[in-house]
Formats: sequence, C-alpha cells, structure tokens
Amino acid sequence: MRRDPPVGHRLARKDRKLNASLAETLSVAMLVLVLVSAVVRPFGLPEAVFAVPAAALVVVAGAIPWDHALDEAARLGPVIGFLAAVLVLAQLCDDEGLFQYCGAWMARTAAGRPRRLLAQVFLAASAITAVLSLDATVVLLTPVVFATAARLGARPTPHVYACTHLSNTASLLLPVSNLTNLLAFTASGLSFTRFAALMALPWLAAIAVEYVVFRRFFAIDLDAGAQAPPGADAPALPLFALVTVGCTLAGFVLTSAVGVDPAWAALAGAAALAVRALLRGRTSPKALLNSASVPFLAFVLALGVVVRAVVDNGLDTALGRLIHDGTGLAALFGIAALAAVLANVINNLPAVLVLLPLTVGTGPGAVLAVLLGVNIGPNLTYAGSLATLLWRRIVQAHDTEVRLGEFTRLGLYAVPASLTAAVLALWVSLAVIQGG
Amino acid sequence: MAVVVWIVEGTWPACVDAARAHAPENAEIVLLHVTGHEPADAAHGAFAGLMGRGRPERDPGTRVEHLAAASAESLLGAAAERLGRPCARAERTGRVEREVVAAADGADLLILARDGDRARLGPHSLGPAGRFVVDHAPCPLLLVWPEPAPGLTTIPAPPPHPPHHD
Repeated sequence: MRRDPPVGHRLARKDRKLNASLAETLSVAMLVLVLVSAVVRPFGLPEAVFAVPAAALVVVAGAIPWDHALDEAARLGPVIGFLAAVLVLAQLCDDEGLFQYCGAWMARTAAGRPRRLLAQVFLAASAITAVLSLDATVVLLTPVVFATAARLGARPTPHVYACTHLSNTASLLLPVSNLTNLLAFTASGLSFTRFAALMALPWLAAIAVEYVVFRRFFAIDLDAGAQAPPGADAPALPLFALVTVGCTLAGFVLTSAVGVDPAWAALAGAAALAVRALLRGRTSPKALLNSASVPFLAFVLALGVVVRAVVDNGLDTALGRLIHDGTGLAALFGIAALAAVLANVINNLPAVLVLLPLTVGTGPGAVLAVLLGVNIGPNLTYAGSLATLLWRRIVQAHDTEVRLGEFTRLGLYAVPASLTAAVLALWVSLAVIQGG
Repeated sequence: MAVVVWIVEGTWPACVDAARAHAPENAEIVLLHVTGHEPADAAHGAFAGLMGRGRPERDPGTRVEHLAAASAESLLGAAAERLGRPCARAERTGRVEREVVAAADGADLLILARDGDRARLGPHSLGPAGRFVVDHAPCPLLLVWPEPAPGLTTIPAPPPHPPHHD
C-alpha cells in the first residue's frame, strides 16, 4: 500500500514539470501584455483594464497556485492601502494650498537669483518626494516650480529638470516616498525607522551629487539672472496641512516602534485632512475616491500577481545567477547596477517586483541596493524606461519628435555619479548601523 | 527697416535697450520670444515614467505648456513696456535657435544678447543657441552684452614674442 504514493508522486512531479514550462510561457505572455498595455494604453483605457484580467487568467489557468496568489494579494494589500493613503494625503495638501505656498516661498527667497532658486527647488522637491511620494513632486510640484521660475523671470529648464530628477533620486528616504520602496519595505522585514535610518545617508549623498551636476550642467542658464520683480502675493501658510504631515511623520516612527503597520499613520493623516476638507466643503467623497486612484491600485495588485507567477515558474533560477550573494561593496554595486539596467529597460515597478524575491533571502542590504538602482536609474532615460521612450517615439505623442539630447546627456552625468555615491553611502550605513 | 529683437529670460533687457538706442525712428520692431520644448517635455516624460497612473488629465506637461504660453506673453509685455514705442510681438515654440533664425528671415537687423559663460571672455561667451544664431542668421546682427560691455583692461596680455633666431 505504501508503494503506490511514489509512483503517483513521480507522475505528479512529471506532470508539474510539463506544466511549469507552459505556465512560465503563459505568465510571461501575460506580463508582456500587462506591460505593453501599461505603456501603450490602447484606446486610452486605464492600465487595470488589461492587468486585472491578465492576473485572473494566470490564476485560473493554474500558472500560480491559489494560495500563492492569495499570499501575494495579502502581501500587497497593506502596501496598496498605504499607497492610497499617501496619494490622498498629497492631493489634500495641494487642496489646502501647500504647493502654492511652497512656490511663493521659493519666489520670495530666491528673487533675482536663479542659483538660489535651484537650491530652494532641491530642498522643496527632496522634502516633498520623501514625505508625500514622487507622484506629488511630478504631478503637483513641477507646474508650481515652472510657474515660480517664470514669475521670477528665470530660465525654467534647470528647475523643471531638477523636479523630474529629484522625483526619482530623492525617493530613497522613506518607504512612502516611492511605490518601489513600499514593495521592498514589506518584503525586507525592516521597520519604518530602520529603513529610513539606513537610507538617510544614501539619500543625502545622491541628492548632493545631483546638485553638483546640476550647478555645472546648467551653469549658463543659472548665470543668466532673473529680471522680473517678485509678485506681492503671499498665500497664507497652510498650517493645518503642515501640522498634519508632521504628525503623520511622527506617527510613522511611533507605529513602527510599537509594531503597528505605519500605513495606519498615513491613513490617519489623510483622514484628518479629508474630514476637515469635507466639513469645509472643499472636497467631495467622489474627489477623494478619485485622488486614491483605484484603477492604479488594482493595476499594482494585478501586476504583482502576474510577476509572482513569472518569478515562481522559472525566472528566479534564471536571474538568480546574476545576483551576487553577500552584502559586500562589490555585491551591492552589482545588484544596484542590475536593478538600474532592468528599470531602464522595462520600468522600475516590474523591475523591483522581479528583483525582490531574488534578493530578500540575502538580507536588507541587498534589497536596499535594489532600491538604489530602480529609484535612481530611471533618470537615465527620458520617460523613465526605454519601453516608454520607444513607444513615445512611435506615436510621437506631441506634434514634434521626442527630443532626447539634453535630458539624456544630463542623465549620463548624473545617474552613474549619484548611484555610485548612494551605493557607497549605503555600504557605510550598513556597516555603521547594523554593526553598532 | 525691420528689426527683430530676440527676447530671452534673464538677458532680454539689454536687447530692448539696444533696440531703443540703435533702431532708427521709423524701424518696425518685432519682439521675438521662443518657448523651447524642454521643460514641458521633461514634465511629460516624468509623468509617462510613472507606470500605471493613467489619467492623462493629470499630466503636468500639459499644465507646463499652458504656463509657458502665459509666461511668454507676460515676458513680451514687459519687454514692450521697456521699449516704450510701437512694436509687434512674435511668440514661437520649437527648437529655439532654429526658430530664431527662421523668424529673422527678411529682417534687416537681429538684436541678441550673449547667452554663454561671461565669466571667462572668449569663444564660450556664446552658448550653443547663440552660436547657432550667429552662424546661421540670414541678416546682420547686433550682439550685445547683458551687462555693460567689459573694459579694455579685461583683455589678457598678448603672448610673448617668439624668440628671435638670428
């Protein structure tokens, strides 16, 4: 009676092996579909319209077992909740006038001095990216910075480029700064404060290098001066929003100290601003739901499931050979460089989802090195990845061709230098903080 | 006589002053500003790099384009005010240096300011855009310093005489 199981087991294993290559093919096909539709956005449909059915197909076809899919969903659930809270928080801060105030502050303190304006933009963009995430810098701060430069009569290009670069480079500091960090944060097992402590030095190093590169690269534009007198308008300080953001940051530290998910602190901050805005009639439930970007959240969940299927069905062994074990300086450099390349080829979101399962076993150092690569790397390519870039060239999204020269040259100076500085700083942080 | 004055952020007052000083009474003056694509493109690109966000109505590049148009209009307004005499205004978008050359077609004079590194006097006091316009403009140019022109004392000493071989 006990002889039968081995035969069955052998058959089952053979069966599974046969399925594995089929499953991998299906998973890869679905991943390609999800990524291509996210870049191309056929008929202007939200990315989730393709990603969710693709994830469902992968699960139904058995390319990923139910429990693995549920496991992935359970892992991503809190991440997505956290993300939604931060997106709402940033939008409500904008509604409260935080970004307008920031623009007026930059204009007032930098009048007539473009170099000073660049420094203020670096400060504002670094802080906003770190606390309210890169989406806030790209969507909400960039137009304000342009308007500020225009109001001062300064040439806008250096300041706008600073926003786009810092939305990536300055997103290293906190788990909330970038979706890539949130994904890595939950996988790494680090606490919120430990993550921030380890990333503080790389964050500072990368921003400092960017600043030096910008000062030199845009020396002529910054020397040109700025003629216009600053306007007299001084918007009121959005004290409530600032205090709420401050309390949210304190909440992150507190929750992680007592072992509660820091997403609750973000939720509390967003709720405080939302209730106030609702009471004052400045927002509506519909606008709040809109700022939470539900299709985006569904997209992230679906992408996570599909990537898990691809990794589990064979990519892990294929890419595993490229990952160096250990957290020595050379290993950190190797991981960060691989992550940067992968982020530039596809996009940093799928890149981090692919690389996380392969590095989590090595320890937090390797995971953070992945983040350095996927967060700083996208500055190399206009539009963040070659895939997006190629597509934009094909469709010629606006009336003339996509111009690459200046942006790419800037990236070639800034990315290798800031990535190197950040990896060195991470290595030092790991030695100091983990050892001491 | 048609005079085109190229208005650029930072250095434009010198060009307007040069037009006031040197353009004849009866000259038709055109104040020209060209909006480059770089800032709006960078904003479009940064948004495109955010995978999965959809919602093209949130694309900051579109807002930057609108802001750029408004900014160009107010800049030309300020320049016209400083000029203080009748003039036409021309706003173009595109590759700055090529648009300037195209706009100068048929003009009798183009006034522009140096746009390069003025800390070290030499070839680099013209930036790439200024260099292109100087090389390719289809009319005579008046090239002015954004600040008062440097004095003769800033000229470096001549190289030493080559040794005599006799």
